[in-house]
Amino acid sequence: MNLFLLNILLAVSWAGLTGEFNLLGLGIGFVVGFLALWMVQPLFENRGGSYFLRVFRVLKLIVLFHWELIISSVSVAWDVLTPRHRARPGIICVPLKAKGEAEVLLVTNLISLTPGTLSLDVTEDCNTLVIHAMFADDPEAIAAQIENGMEKWVREALA
Amino acid sequence: MILEIFLSACVLLGGFFAFIAGLGILRLPDVLIRMHATTKAGTLASGLIILAVAIGFADASTVARSVAIMLFLLLTAPVAAHMIGRAAFRSGVPLWKPTKIDPEARIKLGVRDVDTPPRD
Repeated sequence: MNLFLLNILLAVSWAGLTGEFNLLGLGIGFVVGFLALWMVQPLFENRGGSYFLRVFRVLKLIVLFHWELIISSVSVAWDVLTPRHRARPGIICVPLKAKGEAEVLLVTNLISLTPGTLSLDVTEDCNTLVIHAMFADDPEAIAAQIENGMEKWVREALA
Repeated sequence: MILEIFLSACVLLGGFFAFIAGLGILRLPDVLIRMHATTKAGTLASGLIILAVAIGFADASTVARSVAIMLFLLLTAPVAAHMIGRAAFRSGVPLWKPTKIDPEARIKLGVRDVDTPPRD
């Protein structure tokens, strides 16, 4: 996290030196600072560790999540507006690999906002997630999709 | 000009999705499927409108508040849906007839089996 502090310091100095000490200035300063740090990464011990990878993965999680939210809203809108209900709903159990309450919270929240799934309940030991799926023809496929999609992105971003 | 068109499109789309979320409550067959409509379409709707507000006003305090509103919305909307769905599932609210329930789900959660006839 040292590099993160350094990056914030660079953002503040950029905003101060350009005389635009506002949100936009800080944002630009953060991006410029990140690029500068990225260019000189061989200078840090351990090549800066996992900082650059983590920033990339957090960004990836944010972008993919918004994409999924748009897709799911459009599919819900289609289901609401067309006269027939296409849904074949089901309640299924999904094994969770996420460790710790923060990861489980993030995974369940994001699952609720992505297409076709709504998290219903978590078992006491945080090992199994019970979800309600809109298209539950193949429960195993849905479980695999969650494990390789949202859950993997979250674990990468927080790891 | 282009900015105005973009902002108007955001607000209109937001209104459209909010309408869908409301209509979904009315039209969809059971409580769990209704929660799908309200969480997803509702979150996207408020997100689009708040995005338009943040870009339209474009001053620091409005943007900061918009970001905070969005973060709290993303944090709380799924939790609310989760709690409503959980309460419905645990208390055995009748579900739409085609719903397939994994028999292990109730056992793993330690919920007693509520004997409710499916409705259509």
